[in-house]
Amino acid sequence: MTILSVNDLTMRFGGLTAVNNVSFIAERGHITAIIGPNGAGKTTLFNCITGFYKPSTGSVTVAHGDKAIRLDRLPGHAIAKKGRVARTFQNIRLFAGMTVLENLLVAQHNRLQAATGFGVLGILGLGGYRAAERAAMERARHWLTLTDLYERADDPAGALPYGAQRRLEIARAMCTDPVLLCLDEPAAGLNPRESASLNDLLLKIRDEGTSLLLIEHDMGVVMKISDHIIVLDHGKKIADGTPAEIRADAHVIAAYLGEGDEDDPDAPVAEGAA
Amino acid sequence: MRRVQADLHDAAMVAFFALLIFGPFLGLRLGDGDANNLDLTGTPARLAWAVGLTFLARLGMLQWQHFRRPVPVRVASAVARSGRYVAPALLVFAVAMPLLPGIANAYVDLGVLIMTYVMLGWGLNIVVGLAGLLDLGYVAFYAVGAYSFGLLSTNFGLGFWECLPLAGILAASWGVFLGFPVLRLRGDYLAIVTLAFGEIIRLVITNWVSLTGGPNGITEIPHPSLFGLTFSMAGGPGTFAGFFGLDPHPEQRTAFLYYIILALALLTNWVTLRLRKQPLGRAWEALREDEIACRSLGINVRNTKLTAFAIGAMFGGFAGCFFATRDGFISPDSFTFIESATVLAIVVLGGSGSQLGVVLAACVMIGIPALLQSLQIYRMLIFGLALVVIMIVRPRGFISTRRPTVWLHKAREIGAELATHGPG
Repeated sequence: MTILSVNDLTMRFGGLTAVNNVSFIAERGHITAIIGPNGAGKTTLFNCITGFYKPSTGSVTVAHGDKAIRLDRLPGHAIAKKGRVARTFQNIRLFAGMTVLENLLVAQHNRLQAATGFGVLGILGLGGYRAAERAAMERARHWLTLTDLYERADDPAGALPYGAQRRLEIARAMCTDPVLLCLDEPAAGLNPRESASLNDLLLKIRDEGTSLLLIEHDMGVVMKISDHIIVLDHGKKIADGTPAEIRADAHVIAAYLGEGDEDDPDAPVAEGAA
Repeated sequence: MRRVQADLHDAAMVAFFALLIFGPFLGLRLGDGDANNLDLTGTPARLAWAVGLTFLARLGMLQWQHFRRPVPVRVASAVARSGRYVAPALLVFAVAMPLLPGIANAYVDLGVLIMTYVMLGWGLNIVVGLAGLLDLGYVAFYAVGAYSFGLLSTNFGLGFWECLPLAGILAASWGVFLGFPVLRLRGDYLAIVTLAFGEIIRLVITNWVSLTGGPNGITEIPHPSLFGLTFSMAGGPGTFAGFFGLDPHPEQRTAFLYYIILALALLTNWVTLRLRKQPLGRAWEALREDEIACRSLGINVRNTKLTAFAIGAMFGGFAGCFFATRDGFISPDSFTFIESATVLAIVVLGGSGSQLGVVLAACVMIGIPALLQSLQIYRMLIFGLALVVIMIVRPRGFISTRRPTVWLHKAREIGAELATHGPG
């Protein structure tokens, strides 16, 4: 079952083609990783998928329920609402002056706002709003527990240590109830222990039924948890397959180690990139 | 020893700049010697006094900085704890103020003025403090509210109470109307465009003479009535004084106006406080913190900004309607940029986003100049100095902490260093 299909996607900035005719498919219930050297176009591709850029040509389709939704045609805010695709950012973007719990409630804005009856019932404290808020708190508690932030729920998000901020951003994205979670370098800046617990968290998210798409430099994370890897170089897709296949792919090795390295085609990518 | 030297050097530099600044003001005196000639005399003594005082003041300030002790934790937390009683105490005082024996009518009048600015400050606080949209043209909505009531009452004979909601609705629609094209802008750019809108509204009012009366304004706007009872000084049946068998007195009308604006301001406050704990209010604050993250979470940024603009404008419209009925006369002169600037200063001085801060700042901004009337020309000097001192001592406004809207274990104030206040 396909959850995300990207078809012939091209993104140009003036004369620069950052992503050139890339197509790939992400399976439901899989962790799909996009890797590639710096400047390969990973983040641009990511921004096209999550609606922050409009692709120059090509399409991005997400399938959930029995609908196929063209993400490239949705306005930015509807990607999370209708497309049910959530994302995190390479440079963490939390609401630093709001508490951890508030961050998680803001993420449930649409569901809560619908229960307030245009704000009027909410102000008067009537109707289904209380029930909706209780459900929102319950969901927030669930993700606080999973990301090990329960004790810090009332601290301002900006006061959390770096690793906790990363986890909070993932929890916040998960509170939008996505079918596909896109993570932009979730392991960047984490120490090995935090990185290992991130792996567990991502696997747990996958097992709860959300598919994942991630950009990552940390080959330890990528090779260990990905079900499927896509390799980009200079805006083009150069390889697509399971971790084992990618490890053995000559194009990938060339991209990471440089072209003249033909004499040792079996060199493991993991070491070259990490 | 080295510190003394550094201090002296610092103070000397400050004194030097004081010399440059005060030189032309205090060192020279322009007198009219005879009918045709002005003569310029030097007054070095005055200048020397000013520069010397500056030198000593700077030296004193530096010494204070070296030797001050941090406030003990026990005292600081006691102050923080007593903070929660400030708001209820102020509320009780505000409600009882006109009824206190021996309070002069002039003070109730001043109360009406301060309360009007409190309401405007609370209205603008939604836009600037919560949603983080820097609006320099808030006076536009104040004007729309005032002119809505002025025109509806003089042309269609509608009274204050019918026009109050209409003025709010009209101001809110103008908020949406103006908001649509400009809300894609951020920060400084938004500020400039809103500034322009404030001016456009005023210029349209000034120049559309056939509708608004132009610079002459609108006169004979009706005063509000209490369930049909007027506050006419003539007394007799149908008036407040006649109905209750009292002697007609201007104080009754002033007190009535005071309670109207108090009720309107408290309504603004209540709605804002409720909205802050609602998804909409949280989305505003999230928008202030990070717009891009909001979009990635499925929040419709444009609509959320528009609601902030519209609700802020609506309360501005209510305040404008009240302003028109209080004076019975409005003209474009009342809606100049300085009004927007005053209201914005109240919000910033109070600490963007803080409701209590707005009250304190309005008392300072409106109360001080009014109470210092007797000091005449030194009034604005002292006022300006007070503002400078406040901003040095409390750079993020009177109340710069943020209280969370929801908590699992225990609500803790969020310190100023993390809470993004106002336009980010």
